Order: sequence, then C-alpha cells, then structure tokens
Amino acid sequence: MPQSEQLLSLYRQMLIIRYTEEQLARSHQMGLIHGACHTYVGEEAIATGVCAHLRPDDAVFSTHRGHGHALAKGVSPREVVAELFGRATGCSQGRGGSMHLFKPEVGMMGTSGIVGPCILQATGAGYSFKLLKSDQVGVAFFGDGAVNNGAFHEGLNLASIWKLPTLFVCENNLYATEVPFSYSSGNPHVGNRGPAYGMESLTVDGNDVLAVYEAAEEAVQRARGGEGPTLIECRTYRTRAHSEGMRDAGYRTQEEVEAWKERDPITRYNEWLLENEEAGPETLAGIEAEVKEMVADAEEFARNSPWPEPDTVSEHVFNQR
Amino acid sequence: MRELTYVEATLEALDSAMARDPSIFVVGEGIGERGGNFNTTVGLYDKYGPERLCDTPISERGFVGMCAGAAMTGTRPVVDFMFLDFILDAFGELVNQIAKMQYMSSGRLKMPILLRGAIGIGHSAATHHSGSYYPIFAHLPGFRVVVPAIPSDAKGLFTTALQSDDPVLFLEHKSLLFNRGEVPEGEYAIPFGQARIAREGSDCTLVAIGSMVDKSVAVCDKLAEDGVSAEVIDPRTIAPLDMETILESVSKTGRLLIVDETFQPCGVGAEIAAQVIDQGFDDLDAPIRRLNGAHVPTPYSPPLELAIVPEPDDIEQSVRDLLAE
Ligand SMILES: Cc1ncc(C[n+]2csc(CCOP(=O)(O)OP(=O)(O)O)c2C)c(N)n1
Ligand SMILES: [Mg+2]
Repeated sequence: MPQSEQLLSLYRQMLIIRYTEEQLARSHQMGLIHGACHTYVGEEAIATGVCAHLRPDDAVFSTHRGHGHALAKGVSPREVVAELFGRATGCSQGRGGSMHLFKPEVGMMGTSGIVGPCILQATGAGYSFKLLKSDQVGVAFFGDGAVNNGAFHEGLNLASIWKLPTLFVCENNLYATEVPFSYSSGNPHVGNRGPAYGMESLTVDGNDVLAVYEAAEEAVQRARGGEGPTLIECRTYRTRAHSEGMRDAGYRTQEEVEAWKERDPITRYNEWLLENEEAGPETLAGIEAEVKEMVADAEEFARNSPWPEPDTVSEHVFNQR
Repeated sequence: MRELTYVEATLEALDSAMARDPSIFVVGEGIGERGGNFNTTVGLYDKYGPERLCDTPISERGFVGMCAGAAMTGTRPVVDFMFLDFILDAFGELVNQIAKMQYMSSGRLKMPILLRGAIGIGHSAATHHSGSYYPIFAHLPGFRVVVPAIPSDAKGLFTTALQSDDPVLFLEHKSLLFNRGEVPEGEYAIPFGQARIAREGSDCTLVAIGSMVDKSVAVCDKLAEDGVSAEVIDPRTIAPLDMETILESVSKTGRLLIVDETFQPCGVGAEIAAQVIDQGFDDLDAPIRRLNGAHVPTPYSPPLELAIVPEPDDIEQSVRDLLAE
C-alpha cells in the first residue's frame, strides 16, 4: 500500500490527465487542434499507476492514445497542449502533434502513429539497460489491437529469451477503433499469455489505480532486479470516441458505455480515499481546484504561444553536427 | 453527365467487379460493416457478406502475406490499408514475395493483388499518416503503380486494376477523395501507361502527379490571362510510365517542369528528366525543372506543413522561371 502522500499524488495525476484531455476535446471542437486527437478519458489509472514507479531515466514508449502516458511520465500540460495546438513551445516543437509527443529529457520516448513499434522499442530499451548494467527499465504501453500485431509476438519473445528489464502494459479497452477484441483475437485474454513466452503475466482491473500500482510495483522490481520482463493486461474502457470528432455509435451500446462510466477510475478512487479516510473532501477539492487552474493555464499558454517558423522546417532531419 | 466523388467512383468500380467476379475479396481494418475509414467499401458488407469484406486485426504483415498466398491460388484480394503508411509494416512481403513471385515461378504463378491506400500531405495528419512512397514502388520491378487525379480516371483505372494479374498499388491522395467530377455510368477500363492531357498548351509542358494535377491546371488557366500557353500532363500511372505522351509534348513546347508532392531525390521527376534527356534532348530549349515537396518527414503544425508542399504560388513561379530560361 502506498504512503498517504503517494495516494494523493495518484489522485492528482489522474486528474491532470482527465482535465487535460477534456480541455483538448473542447479545443478540438473549437478547431484549435489540427490533426487527430485520441483521448485517454477512462483509462487514466493505468499510466498513473505504472509511471508512479518510474524515474525520469526510465524509458516509456507509447501509442496513438498517448497523452496520458506523456503527462504521467512528466511532460507538463503546457507542453502537451501547445504541441497539439501546433506551437513552437510544444514538446515536439510543433513537428509532432498528438501522435508524436516526445520528451526524452524525462524518459518520454514518443507516442506513435503506427500501432506496434512501441513494443519492440521498449524491448530495445531493455536491451540497452541490460548491456549498460543499469537498473533502468523500458515500458511499452499499447492497446488490445496491438496484441494482434506481429510486433507483440516478436517483442515479447525477445524480451523473454534475454530476460530484459521491460514492462509490457496492455491497455485492453475491448476495441480497436470499432473492432471488438473478441472478434479480432482467437484468445480473448492477454494476461494469461505470459507462459507462452516464458514470462510472468497477469490481468488487473485497469480502472483501479491501486491494483495497477501494485502490479506495476512488482513488475518494476522484477525488471530492476534483473529477473526479466512482465506482461500486464489492464482491463479498461475508453468512454469517448476513438478519436475526437469521430462517430461513436453502431459498434457498442450506450448501456455498455454507461456501465463503464459507473466504473470511472477517478470517481472510484475519490470514493475510496474518502471511505478509508486517507483524505477529506476539502483536501480532494483543493487538488481538483489546483489541477483545473494548471490546465487552464496550459491552454492559455498554448493559445498565446508562437507558431514554429516555416524556415526551420528542414531542421533535425539529420543530426546537425 | 452525373457527378460522383473520387471515392464513390472507385466504390462503383469495386461493386460492379465484385458482383461479376466472386473471387474478389477485400481485406483491411474497418472495411466491413463500418465501410472503410475513407468510405471505400460503404454498403458492400451488406451485399457481399463478411467473407468477402474481411475485417482484419492490425496485422499488416500477416494479412498482406496471406493475400499473396490467396492471389497465387485463385482469388483476387484487394488490400485496403486506409492510410498507405501502414503498408510499410509489410514491406518484406511486398518486395521479396509479391513483386517477384511471377518472375520466380517463370510466369506459372499469377499475383492478382490490388493494394490501395490513402496517400499525401494535408490536414496536419503528421508524419505517420502523410506518406506517399510511390517512387519506392515504381523503382521495383513487378509493381503497377497508379495515382489517379480525377474521379473518372479513378473509376476506369480501378476497373483495370481489378482485372490485372499483376500486383497493383492504387494510391489515392487524401485531398482528392471527396472531390466531385463527371463519371460515366457502367463499367469501363482505362489502360495503364496512358497519360491524360489535362490541359493543352504550346509554350511549356508540366507533368503533374496526383494532387498536383488540378493545382497545376488552375495555375496554368490563370497564366493564360498573361498569354502563357502551358500544357499539363497527368501520367495517371507511374509504372508503367507513358513517356511517349511526355516526349511528344516536349517536342512541341521545348520546356519541361515536373510537379510532384513526393521527394525530389531519386524521384519520379528525376526519372522523367533522364528519359527526356535520353530521347528528346534536341527538343529542349531550356533545362528541365522539378518542383517537389521538401525532403523532410511531414511536420504536424500547419505553418510547417504548408511550407513543405508545392502550392499554386510555387507552381506559378516555377513556370515563370522556366519560361524565362
Ligand atoms: C500499423 C497500423 N495499422 C493501422 C493503424 C490504424 N489504427 C490507428 S488506431 C487503431 C486501433 C488501435 O486499437 P488499440 O491498439 O486497441 O488501441 P486503442 O485505440 O483502443 O487505445 C488502428 C487500427 C495504425 N495506426 N497503425
Ligand atoms: Mg483498444
């Protein structure tokens, strides 16, 4: 069980993600975000519970739905919102947008527009860290859809045979765009696939931040201790459309969405904190107000930030030394 | 004549071919009930069912390799990548297997596979959703590479692609998909390797590709007010490439500009220029010029994105420079 202070910081981190995502959704409606925008609403407990155990020098590799991973790994809301606004002050200086968020200074090695590569890259980070005899870890976050990609099979096997310090965190939100995992996968479970690769694996409630926190704690310890990789399946649900502005009907029922909203990770955790007297209502309200303020500031910062200069467009194709 | 969008035009071609030929099936992500991310298969699932409109997992290498096997054994797969960028995950299957299979089997096997996807820069899709890559495929022996610019061509070329026993890359620029244009009813086929003269002229020749065709025609229409008579050629297919039409035009105009959104180095323009120098050197009155997108991965931010694509002003300037040579 985490310390009291840590308990509150999990709450705060989930709120940072939630409020930032809700802000991004509003900004998207206003036309301030230019490309696609996949939000993490409903899945905040996963990035929060895992990244709580990571240091800035641990390496996170993420997906198209990566705002939450970037925020939990320590990229500020200012830099995330500014990037989606296409501004020079964004974490990728306007080159990336939603699906290309980079901040290696804090171990955010990138979100990706291509499903799959993050699994292999986190494996590669594990290889580096093993070779360098450091106790850093590599972490891949990916969806259920990525489990059906060849990268999953190859990455897990490589990490297993070389006992690499890597965490494979599958965010199983039951759908890949509109395709149910139960249709696209011959085995509807992910958390029981570890033995097929010779690695530890488990399934947790991805909407329970403490369950994720505990599973990740053990996996990170295993990795840092040189005992190899872990596959963690987090069962969760995205409560907004696949991507902002996309239709969100025809493939799932409103009842299903509502049922999962009942299991909202933030509401549940809020209730848990109160019931267990880990925090009073004023404390939690104080955190909410502080985070709201932080996100409003991020939006304002982004809106007032300069555009990148067009004549810098060819910079960074190569290392300029 | 009635008008259709570019996507509706290919859908019509696909629908009538599927009605006639039960060996055609489509695979891809979201192409079943959902009708395709870009509406490429709307309505077909209800008509032809889940076996012929096969929704796949996100397994590009897997389903491309699988379709190679299917194409070798009597069926005609259509692989719909939504964004063409995702084809790259299957590159080994494409280059080592699909492109070479007919040759390796000394013609005893066929490879009737149609690979389609949306290409091109626009709408801040950023660098994993903006690729075109056709010069890469045109470089390799064994592929047909099709880049239609207008709805009626899209339909006629799609029909040819569905009849071809060779692997065809059918590449649809995202900025064209919802353009409307006159499209003849009924089935018709436009042969590969036949360019279209999009605009006639006598002072200079522009070869424009994909999304650059309409842009170039509009620029040349405007330049006509200043007395410039420019010809615009749309090759329609990059492989095979109709050099005859290009050479004929250059013999008339003596000046050539190639306008292409994809990268300049080792690109389509370089190939066209080399062939014109080879076969039409004496017809040239000026150096051959190329206008391309910048040689950078596609950036996200609108001002950066705008800076890398040839815009009408750039085309106009290039034409004026060419005429001043
Ligand atoms: C290689 C590749 N193929 C297809 C796509 C298009 N695509 C983007 S997101 C997505 C669904 C991903 O589902 P999942 O992995 O479950 O993540 P979720 O969106 O549910 O978080 C697809 C098919 C892609 N980005 N990359
Ligand atoms: Mg999913």
